[in-house]
Amino acid sequence: MRITELPTDVQFLFSHLQSVALETMRIIELPADVQPLAGAMPAYCASLAVAALRDVCQQARAQKARLVALWGSDETPRGAGYALHLALALPSGLLWLTVALPREHPRYPSIADIYPCASRMQRAAYDLTGIHAHDSPDHRKWLRHRAWPGGVFPLRKEFDIAGGFPKSEDRYPFVRVEGEGVHEIPVGPVHAGTIEPGHFRFSIVGEKILRLEERLGYKHKGIEKRFEQLTLLDAARLAGRISGDSTVAYAWAYAMAVEGAAGVEPPPRALVLRGILLELERIANHLGDLGYLGNDVALAFGFFQFWRLKEDLLRLHAALFGHRYLMDLIVPGGVARDLTPEQAARLNGFIERLRSEVETLRSIYDDHAGMQDRFIMTGQILPALAEKLDLTGFAGRASGIRHDLRVDHPVPPWRQAGVRMASHTRGDVAARVSVRFDELYESMRLVQALVAMLSAGDIRVPIGDCPAGRRGVGWVEGWRGEVLIALDTAEGNRIHRLHPHDPSWQNWPLLERAVLGNIVPDFPLINKSFNLSYSGQDL
Amino acid sequence: MSQQAAIAFQILQSVFVVIAAPLLTGWVNQCRAWLQNRSAPSILLPYYTLAKLFHKDAVIAHNASRLFHLTPYILFGCMWLAAGIVPVLATGLPFTPAADIIALVGVFALARVFSALAAMDTGTSFGGLGARREMLIGFLAEPAMLMTLFTAAFISGSTQLTTIVDTLAHREFAIHPGLAFAAAAFLMVLLAENARIPIDNPATHLELTMVHEAMILEYSARHLALIEWAMAIKLFAYMTIGIALFLPWGIAGAGDWPALPLAIAALLVKLAAGGAGLALIETLFAKLRLFLAPEFLSSAFLLAVLGMLTHFLTRA
Repeated sequence: MRITELPTDVQFLFSHLQSVALETMRIIELPADVQPLAGAMPAYCASLAVAALRDVCQQARAQKARLVALWGSDETPRGAGYALHLALALPSGLLWLTVALPREHPRYPSIADIYPCASRMQRAAYDLTGIHAHDSPDHRKWLRHRAWPGGVFPLRKEFDIAGGFPKSEDRYPFVRVEGEGVHEIPVGPVHAGTIEPGHFRFSIVGEKILRLEERLGYKHKGIEKRFEQLTLLDAARLAGRISGDSTVAYAWAYAMAVEGAAGVEPPPRALVLRGILLELERIANHLGDLGYLGNDVALAFGFFQFWRLKEDLLRLHAALFGHRYLMDLIVPGGVARDLTPEQAARLNGFIERLRSEVETLRSIYDDHAGMQDRFIMTGQILPALAEKLDLTGFAGRASGIRHDLRVDHPVPPWRQAGVRMASHTRGDVAARVSVRFDELYESMRLVQALVAMLSAGDIRVPIGDCPAGRRGVGWVEGWRGEVLIALDTAEGNRIHRLHPHDPSWQNWPLLERAVLGNIVPDFPLINKSFNLSYSGQDL
Repeated sequence: MSQQAAIAFQILQSVFVVIAAPLLTGWVNQCRAWLQNRSAPSILLPYYTLAKLFHKDAVIAHNASRLFHLTPYILFGCMWLAAGIVPVLATGLPFTPAADIIALVGVFALARVFSALAAMDTGTSFGGLGARREMLIGFLAEPAMLMTLFTAAFISGSTQLTTIVDTLAHREFAIHPGLAFAAAAFLMVLLAENARIPIDNPATHLELTMVHEAMILEYSARHLALIEWAMAIKLFAYMTIGIALFLPWGIAGAGDWPALPLAIAALLVKLAAGGAGLALIETLFAKLRLFLAPEFLSSAFLLAVLGMLTHFLTRA
C-alpha cells in the first residue's frame, strides 16, 4: 500500500520521520509496510526499526496520539527474535507498531519519558518476555512476585508450563520518604472489604499523604500464556474472564479481534445486541460504584438504594440473558443469545423505572451537603496532568480528556445510535460522580434506542478457518475505559500471541497522584471513584 | 430506706445496665435498617455476636504485652462503673457519692487512655492511626462534655449527678433555657464519643477511615466481645446520662419501690425514642471529613458555654 493512501495522521507520522531522518542524516529504516488491518475499528499495523522507535514516539506525542498499550512477544518459532509492540491511538484509528528485537540481548530504548504510562508496561514486558528497556528510570519488577524467579520469562515459547519453581524471596524496594514525623502505612494486599488484592504504601505526616506507591501483580494468573494453549473459539470464554466487571467489553474486543483476523463480519442484529449488553454492563457498574461512594462517606442509605437497583438489574440480566454478569454472551461471529420482542419490552420497561429512581437518587446525592463536602475538591486530577499521564476512560472524561471510542470511531451500532459524550473538567471525586451519573443516563437512553433499532436477522455467523500470522484488533469502550485486544494467530486456529489491555494500566499511576495532599481517610473514597481493575492489569 | 434495700436497688440497677446495653445497640441497628428500607436484623443480634465471640479462641500478637491483655477488662470495668453510678432507675443509691460528674468524665478518660495504649501496643500502623485520631477527638470532646455537665451543675448547685437529677425531676418545675443549649452540645459529644456518624462509622470496614475500629483491630474472641460489650454499655451510659439530665421525669426516688415499674417503663420509652433518634441522625448525615471533627466538637463546646451563660443571664 502506498503511503498516500493512508489517513493523513498516519501518513504525517511517517513522512515527518522521513524528514527527521534527512535532516539528521541518520540512517533509519523507514516502515514501508504500513497496512490497514481488517476489522470493525479503523486500525493499521506497521513494523519499525528499533532506532526509529523514540523518534516515532516523540512525533506521535507531538500529534497528541495516546499510547494505548505496550507489550512484548516471542517470535522465535517464526525464525525471528523477540518483538516489542505498541498500540497508539491516532485520530483516524489505532496504529499497531511492531519493533523487531534480536534473539540475543533483546533491548530497546525506554519511552517512559515520552509516555509516562509506558513505565509499568515496560517493566511488565520485561518480567514476561525478557525484553529490556534501557535508560529507563525504573527497572524494578512489576508483575513478578514469588511465582517464578528472575531470569525466567513465562511468555517465552520455551517456558515449561508444567514445571514449577521453588518459592523465591520477594524483595521489592519501595521509594522511601525521609523527614521528621514521616511514617509509612502499609495497606494490603489483603483488605478488610471484599475487594481485589493490591498493596498500597502510604508515606504520611500526620494524616496528610506525602506519597502513595502501589504494588500490584498479586492477581497474576498467566492469562496471556493460557491464551496460547487455546483455540480461537475456546479462548472467547477466557477473554470474558480477564476482568469480571468488564466481561462484555473484553468479550466484544476479543470477538472483534478474531472477526478481523478471520475476515468475518458479524450480522447487524448481533452488533445491536452487543451494544445493548455493553451499555447494560456500564449501567450495572456505575450503579454499584455510586452505591459504594455513598458507603464510603457513611451514607448507607445511598449504598443500599443503589445496590437494590443493581441487584434488580442483575436479576433481569439472569432472566433475559441467562447470566447475572452477562458472561459468554458475545462470541466470535455474533452473540450467543437473542432477545425476543417480549423480552425487549420488559427491558424497556425496566429502564423506564430505573431512570425515575436514579433521578430521585441523584437529587439526593446532589443536595446532600455532607456528601458534597466530601466529594468536592477531593482527589483532584487537573486536565493538564491528566493529559500528560494519559488518563483514560470516564475518569479521563471527568478531567477534560474528551475521548470515547463510541464517539471517536462510531462504528456500528454507535453510528446509528449517536452517543453523547459526558465530560467535566474539575477532575475531583465530584466530577467523576457527575460523569458517572451522566453516563448512566446516556446508557439508559442508548439501551432503549438500541432496542428500538433491533431488526430481524441472524445473530451469529460461523468463523471459518483462520490462517496463521493474521492480526486482529479489538478496541471497545468499556465502562472503565478503552479495552484493547491485540491478536496474532498461529497454525490450526490457535493463538500465537494475544495481549489484552485494561484501561487500569493508564489510570493506576494517576491514583498515586490524585491522593497527594489529601488525607488518609479520604483515600478509600478517591480509590472508589476510579474503581480500577486489579485482575485486568495483573493478567 | 433500709441499707439492704438500697444495696439491692444498686445491684439491680448495675445488672440491668449490663444486660440491657446490647439490646439498645440492637435497637439502634434495627431502626437504622428500617430507615434505610432494609429488613432489619434481630434486635437480639448483639447478644448472638457476643455469644459467638466468647466461644472463639483468641488470637493474640506475639509481641503483645500484659497491657494488651488487660485493657478489655479495664474497658469493661470502667464502662460498667460509669453506667452503675449514673442514676438510671432511681436516685439516692449507695454509690451516689461516687456519681460525681467530674469523676464520671474521668472514668471515661481512663478507658480512653487504656484503649489508645493497647492500640499502640502491638505496633501495627492501624492501631497507631486509630489511637491518634481517638485522642484528637477525645481531647476536644472532654471539655465540651464537662461544660455541658457544669451547666446542669450550676442549676442544682452540685456536681453530684443524683442531686442534679433530683433537682430537675422532683423539685418544683422550672424552665431552664440554658439546658436546651447544653442538650444540643451533649448530643454532639455523644455522637463523637460513641464512634457514631458523622464522626466515625460504627459499621465500617474501611480500614483507612475508621477511628474506634482501627484501635481494636488486633482484638479477637473474648477480648473483642468484652470491648464490644463495653461499647454497648458506654452508649447506654451516655444515653442514660442524657436522659437523667434533660428528661429526668419518671425516675424513682430513694427507696421508692412502688415507683420502680413506672421508672423502668419510662426509661424504656425514653431509650427507645433516643435510639430511634440516633438511628435517624446516622441515616441523614454523611461522615464528616476527619479534619472537620474539631470544628464539630468546638461547636459543641461553644453551645455548652452558651448554655452556661444563658443560665446565668436568665437567673439574674
